[in-house]
Amino acid sequence: MSARTRFWASLRSSRTAAVSGGALAVIALIAIIGPLISPHDYLQTDFSKILHAPSIANMQIFGTDDLGRDLFVRTMRGAQVTILVAVVASVVSLLIGVLYGMVAGFIGGRVDAVMMRLVDTLYALPFIFFVILLMVVFERSLLLIFVAIGAVNWLDMARIVRGQTLSLREREFVQAARLTGVSPLRIIIRHIAPNLLGVVIVYVTLTIPQAILLESFLSFLGLGIQEPQTSLGALVDAGVNQMEGASWMLLIPAALLALILMCFNFLGDALRDVFDSRRFR
Amino acid sequence: MSLLDVEGLSIDYAGEFAVNKLSFSVARGESVGLVGESGSGKTQTALAILGLLPSNANVSGSVKPGGIEVLGAREAQLDSLRARRVAMVFQDPALALNPYVRVGRQLQRILIQHKLARGAQAKARVIDMLGRVGLPDAERQYSAYPHELSGGMRQRAMIAAALIAEPELLIADEPTTALDVTVQAQILELLEELREDTALLLITHDLGIVAGHCERMLVLEHGRLVEAGVTRDVFASPQNGYTERLIAAAPRLDCPDIPAPAVGNKVFAIDAASVSYKERGRGLLRAVREVDLTVRSGETIAVVGESGSGKSSLVRAALGLVPMQAGRVSLCGEALSGLAQNRTMAVRRGMQLVFQDPVGSLNPQMPVKNIVAEPLAVHEPGLARSERREAVARILNQVGLDASYLERFPHELSGGQAQRVAIARALILQPKVLVCDEAVAALDGTVRKQILGVLRQAQEDSGLAIIFITHDLSVVRSISHRVAVMYMGAVVELADNVAIFRRPRHPYTRALLDAVPIPDPQNAGGRASLAGEIPSALAPPQGCAFHPRCRHAQEQCTLEMPPLQELDGTAVRCFRADEIECGVTPE
Repeated sequence: MSARTRFWASLRSSRTAAVSGGALAVIALIAIIGPLISPHDYLQTDFSKILHAPSIANMQIFGTDDLGRDLFVRTMRGAQVTILVAVVASVVSLLIGVLYGMVAGFIGGRVDAVMMRLVDTLYALPFIFFVILLMVVFERSLLLIFVAIGAVNWLDMARIVRGQTLSLREREFVQAARLTGVSPLRIIIRHIAPNLLGVVIVYVTLTIPQAILLESFLSFLGLGIQEPQTSLGALVDAGVNQMEGASWMLLIPAALLALILMCFNFLGDALRDVFDSRRFR
Repeated sequence: MSLLDVEGLSIDYAGEFAVNKLSFSVARGESVGLVGESGSGKTQTALAILGLLPSNANVSGSVKPGGIEVLGAREAQLDSLRARRVAMVFQDPALALNPYVRVGRQLQRILIQHKLARGAQAKARVIDMLGRVGLPDAERQYSAYPHELSGGMRQRAMIAAALIAEPELLIADEPTTALDVTVQAQILELLEELREDTALLLITHDLGIVAGHCERMLVLEHGRLVEAGVTRDVFASPQNGYTERLIAAAPRLDCPDIPAPAVGNKVFAIDAASVSYKERGRGLLRAVREVDLTVRSGETIAVVGESGSGKSSLVRAALGLVPMQAGRVSLCGEALSGLAQNRTMAVRRGMQLVFQDPVGSLNPQMPVKNIVAEPLAVHEPGLARSERREAVARILNQVGLDASYLERFPHELSGGQAQRVAIARALILQPKVLVCDEAVAALDGTVRKQILGVLRQAQEDSGLAIIFITHDLSVVRSISHRVAVMYMGAVVELADNVAIFRRPRHPYTRALLDAVPIPDPQNAGGRASLAGEIPSALAPPQGCAFHPRCRHAQEQCTLEMPPLQELDGTAVRCFRADEIECGVTPE
């Protein structure tokens, strides 16, 4: 059994991972299927039903918002967007960060110095300022949000991967490969990358909630998803305005956001426990 | 009256027994050796005596140091026991001392904790103790941090900490395994000298140490006590097969001479190699100074030296893993360029390396078959898959592993098996030179013997030239045809096997030989004929680098570096080599 298969076996036996992973799967499933089977549409306004409280009747279990739109469908739609943004942004940061960090760490020396100073410089840029600029200069779109969040997240990933690569590079099995004449590319693919896998998986699960928070934060500020599209952050923002009369508009999306964040965090922790147990080193 | 009674002690982790129904006792003032290979339960036993076992250990039986039951005792009871009645010296002093607290404070705390002394009185007692364990300038060391001390000095401080509360029983768990041989001899002598009427339970894998320092010995195999008795008797006539094997596998200096090699052509030559490292803010560290070395096919040459002698730097530079400041390297007469990545594939194929840590040198994510096949995939990409598979199976067979190992991953191998895989990976390309960097240092005695056998067999089969790097002269006795002894970056003596062991010319070689513990209670060796430790390579002594530790040093030695001179076939770097008597080891 390879270290990788044992990793997954051990992960499956972890209760935290099972519960949080299962909950995420259920949320994702409802978020996708819910809007399809609901009789309502997330865009459809109905001025006869403004700010109705949640009720079973009429299939509006989350109530309606200030424009009479069905809140259940909108929340599910928002969850879809939120998860999508988070996952895409994390994958982007994963690809750029892992490649960048691996190259910097493996080549080392001056190349490493220059590449990492660039990362430091990007770190130093004020992120919100950067996003506002992006939003002002370009047309606001989902793509832009992917870019904005991915652009920040890959920096952390690059640093972590570079550090790991630096220490892997000095490990004896890499030296042995180098001595035999294995090409640098092959060393990276066969010796470095597989040994980075664990750290990277753990780190990705921990960046996803970060990306979710960032997206929600941007949307809450009005810099993110634009109406009539929505995300959990945008819904919370709308809910805050109706907090006194229609508390469900705030509480429901906020609770779902918190639940998703918690699940990802627990999943990340469980992964880290499995990884850190040293059985896989 | 016995000081420690262990009755039917069993320790298991989820059903796997680390120690199984172990019973023994230690009497007042006695020294007892607890021997066994790794995984035999030695350390678990020591931890049980001090009540330090982790909470997931299932313990049964009875452990009574000083008549007090430890198993199931409350922390407060254990506290009054530890240090005061039973103290422990751990293997690695770098880990056992708190790096953030000054050495003196750490010792003082023990006195204060046990209400033995306080204030100025405690300080005086600590300084006195540090002086007794041989720390020079104890007053100053009192306020030093652990990292400011060398490895040997740290272990001395550790011993001071263990003895300061005057315990009745001292447990030393592999106290010298992390140290150089000459320092090991010093530390063991110190333990002997200081313990007076304190009983000693010495845990070690090294039978030579037991032979020299223990009155009685206990032999553990897989957690079971297989033999117990007076050391002298056990060595003279071991009752148990395992004990017999252990004794047979222990390295000795008096084993029969190895036959001269079928000497072939000069395969590999290092010529006036120098390696230095820039240490930021601390100047230039000259690790290797103008070393010459040649190896012929079918020959094994050992490079011996303590840590900091430059032996690893020398071969790493020769292999092109670190840059060389000056000098030339040639393989089969062809001069090689500096770093490995600039060398031709044919050259790389001709030289292979086996590392010290067998598990660390194998990629944890690759199965054995891929690890061994990789060099072939790189050097003979045209080979058909079936041919490659065959070659892998053949080479594994040669190192003594059958086909069932092909699919295994490194963590599923024992140390010895992993080292066989590493050797197979090195041999699959049929190199001309094999460099073994402390390749058996991490292995148990019996396994070590097997691995040396594998190497010797490979040499006989293919006329391989082997460069064997080690800190331990006793390993070299049965395998190498010639021996080069290095001290502070320079070769101080180079001679054939018999000459080095029977008639060493350099005082340092003599000291190394003296320090080797011999598994023979009649003549145990392990004597510390050398004081002090290797000086820092950043500030090497003027003249002969060895003179500050040399009994024979005279004025000339402090002024100029002696040349390597020829003396009856031995090359030796000493002005007085022809006049001083380094002693002849009896045949």
